Amino acid sequence: MLNDKGRSTRSETTDEADMTASTFTGAKALDVEEALIFEIGRAEVTGVDLPAPKGAKSRLGAHARKAPLDLPGLAEPEAVRHYVRLSRKNYSIDAGLYPLGSCTMKHNPRLNEKMARLPGFSDVHPLQPVGTVEGALDVVAEVGRWLVELTGMAAVAMSPKAGAHGELAGMMAIKAALQARGLDKPVVLVPESAHGTNPASAALIGFEVRPIPARADGTVRVEDVRAAIDDRVGALMLTNPNTCGIFEPEVAEIAAAIHEAGGYFYADGANFNAIVGKVRPGDFGVDAMHINLHKTFSTPHGGGGPGAGPVVLSERLAAFAPLPFVRMEKGRPVLVEDASQTRAGETPYGRLTAFHGQMGMFTRALAYMLSHGSDGLRQASEDAVLSANYVRACLEDLMTLPFPDHPSMHEVLFDDRFLEGTGVTTLDFAKAMIDEGYHPMTMYFPLVVHGAMLIEPTESESKASLDLFVATLRDLTLAAKAGDTDRFTRAPRFAPRRRLDETRAARAPKLKWEKPVAAE
Amino acid sequence: MRYLPLTASDRAEMLARIGVAEIDALYADVPADELLVELPDLPRARGEMEVERIMSRMAAKNLTASAAPFFCGAGAYKHHVPATVDHLIQRSEFLTSYTPYQPEITQGTLQVLFEFQTQVANLLGMEVANASMYDGSTGTGEAVLMAHRITKRRKAVLSGGLHPHYAEVVATLSKMASDAVVRMAPDVGGGEDLLEQIDKETSCVVVQSPDVFGRIVDLAPIAEKAHAVGALLVAVVTEVVALGAIEPPGPQGADIVVAEGQSLGNPLGFGGPYVGLFATRSKYVRQMPGRLCGETVDAEGKRGFVLTLSTREQHIRREKATSNICTNAGLCATAFSMHLTLLGEAGLSRMAALNHEAAIEVAEALAQVPGVEVLNDTFFNEFTVKLPGDATALVEKLARDEGILAGVPVSRLLPGAGLDDLLLVAVTECSTADDRAALVAAISEAL
Ligand SMILES: Cc1ncc(COP(=O)(O)O)c(C=O)c1O
Repeated sequence: MLNDKGRSTRSETTDEADMTASTFTGAKALDVEEALIFEIGRAEVTGVDLPAPKGAKSRLGAHARKAPLDLPGLAEPEAVRHYVRLSRKNYSIDAGLYPLGSCTMKHNPRLNEKMARLPGFSDVHPLQPVGTVEGALDVVAEVGRWLVELTGMAAVAMSPKAGAHGELAGMMAIKAALQARGLDKPVVLVPESAHGTNPASAALIGFEVRPIPARADGTVRVEDVRAAIDDRVGALMLTNPNTCGIFEPEVAEIAAAIHEAGGYFYADGANFNAIVGKVRPGDFGVDAMHINLHKTFSTPHGGGGPGAGPVVLSERLAAFAPLPFVRMEKGRPVLVEDASQTRAGETPYGRLTAFHGQMGMFTRALAYMLSHGSDGLRQASEDAVLSANYVRACLEDLMTLPFPDHPSMHEVLFDDRFLEGTGVTTLDFAKAMIDEGYHPMTMYFPLVVHGAMLIEPTESESKASLDLFVATLRDLTLAAKAGDTDRFTRAPRFAPRRRLDETRAARAPKLKWEKPVAAE
Repeated sequence: MRYLPLTASDRAEMLARIGVAEIDALYADVPADELLVELPDLPRARGEMEVERIMSRMAAKNLTASAAPFFCGAGAYKHHVPATVDHLIQRSEFLTSYTPYQPEITQGTLQVLFEFQTQVANLLGMEVANASMYDGSTGTGEAVLMAHRITKRRKAVLSGGLHPHYAEVVATLSKMASDAVVRMAPDVGGGEDLLEQIDKETSCVVVQSPDVFGRIVDLAPIAEKAHAVGALLVAVVTEVVALGAIEPPGPQGADIVVAEGQSLGNPLGFGGPYVGLFATRSKYVRQMPGRLCGETVDAEGKRGFVLTLSTREQHIRREKATSNICTNAGLCATAFSMHLTLLGEAGLSRMAALNHEAAIEVAEALAQVPGVEVLNDTFFNEFTVKLPGDATALVEKLARDEGILAGVPVSRLLPGAGLDDLLLVAVTECSTADDRAALVAAISEAL
């Protein structure tokens, strides 16, 4: 029996034995088991036809390789089948709602992919004569211009490779600025609700991290910041909208407090997607903020990367921007790669990466920006916020909101009080969502909330899609409360794998394939 | 707007369900005077066709590598990537999934990572590799920090053959972290006395092979000296195709190996995104940065893969983490792995041999040009040429007049070092015999 959404209803319990029954191949219909390339490949097979080398000469000296590499090859059809089969074991945004809070799993337009693959962008070398890559420099400059305009900041450093790298870039600028002023202020204030990359980035370059507690309403208060400030405090790292999905109401006062103390305000811009075209971080006192192009500007996450994390900088930090950067002169882009090319007032603190940054992400982000325009970007932010609040409104009677006093921004945070006494944990709840065809929300982050469930639907979902999602969560919640614990603790049952033994993986790590020892 | 499914009536219904009259009520925590009234001063939405037109015009201003006889390298190499790779990485399930935090529904990504880690470890001759870093240069910075953690010393010695951008990344990170760095002068002649610099304060010595000038370096004596004083050898490879032909760093005694993996699976792309390969000895695995994928079993005993040893990472350890990295280079690693799977050992060896052979052809021909000197005794697919004049002027002239991209002037990487007459020439399997002849002819003519 199917319900009106085309899903089988719970009342008609499918025979569990049927679902878990093993087959001869281990495969189940479209879910085909696939071995490792090391088990199916052979050293002498190759899927690439190359001409035979003549191989008469060598300039390798004494270093020619003698030992085999143990790298199996697959012929092209085998390779295609291997990866297509593996791909089918993945959830993806293209296939369904992916409400991973803080990660912004929005639609990834294919126009972006097409533009990034234009040979004029994908097939140019980073160290070609600059006169042969003016169009590439235009892209860097143009993405930078949009970011500066949208954030209301003075400058942008384009080279950071992801959000965390942007944090590092921004904190380095702050350190350079403190040093230029002869100040020894090694402490950074970081709220407990911050993403782990914030304290990690600060600590990597020798800052001491001093936590600020989160208030009962999920926000950071200026009085707590003031109380934590002393002579040694050089910076504050604050996420806004914060990781609880709330716009920090006192952010401008907090910025003023850290500025008064002679310090700088680093904003984690991972949640910028809630406020693009609505509020400019420059207007609330930010000195440095990274922007995850792979979140707000739709470049695909690719199973973990790559991303890009340009950092916008205030007037106070702009001079310290790292190399390289693009400066516009008479409407044309000039690439500054070395300290010798700088002008008065440009005092870069160094270099963060080889070459010029994530060009392939810039082209994708630019396609997204040009497509949306300022009007579309604002609408996207509003729709993201609307969708999160809609999900919240539809669930708040059943699930528990830790911070009901503030509207949500682009994501809504629930805690696990609604599961109290059910024997179901946040993890179990998440795994049961998998059986319903959904990727779970972000679990157990932020750390300040017990059993956190952070739901970010994004602007890419239709109302019908949100309604089905909400109905599913309501159904699950009611089932948990009704004592149908098995449905949770044994989940997932319909995924390519049941729950995986993570303890075993960590206890005796097997991080690469080893040839099985031949049986006697 | 084609990307936004909500209609005006959907929005109205949703606002009503929420119980607010207008969207700005949800922005109530934003101080009213900060809420923008006007739209930002940027263009309005455009259709797909218009965007294509604008961006195609920008792209058309660039001289593409395939349109020219092309000899640029210096850490980014043009190789032929099979069409299959770009098709497969655009599978929705690879392209549009997140980090595999829910292993039951991301076994595809996880198995690819496990295969990638194995391929990388085998290629570099190391015991264990991670699931990728941003690129080779940032990976080198992380390797130095890792060596500091292991040795509890804080001085790195960088060979003068290390790619100058990589050295600058390490220097910037070290300066900010108040760690010491000894950066050797550019080692054009291959005679630097690195061993002299390694002492009891040294945490690690960072050596690239083939080095930025193309020379293949004997790592064993450096490893031996480093180990004798309790320091580590960090070996760097910027052209992994070389490992199809030369001995990998692992068996030569490297403790950490970092490589730029762009050469396999990934386009030049004006410098990024690329993929950092990072490998070490098993005993150091808990000091490694980055994600690791490990094998385990599921509740039914079936083999499966998960992210593991995450107590090293920022989301658990915060300021005590081994690195701040979160997003890495997943899809570029996937492309790398796919290309290497298609090649296999046989294909990689052949590809390497073709590169080497083509480079020898050009090196020998250039050596015949009066006034031109090839400085390398050894090389793989890239070597340094000494010209009778300024290399930048020559490269720009050849690009402008002949449409030839002749290589990377050393002064582009090391301005003001008095090396203006040096040119790095990289020759890969993508060059044709005509391209190679055109380069040699154009250089002889220009001089
Ligand atoms: C709030 C927050 N800050 C920082 C980061 C780090 O960004 P990235 O993964 O791009 O390095 C993330 C995402 O992972 C995040 O959610």
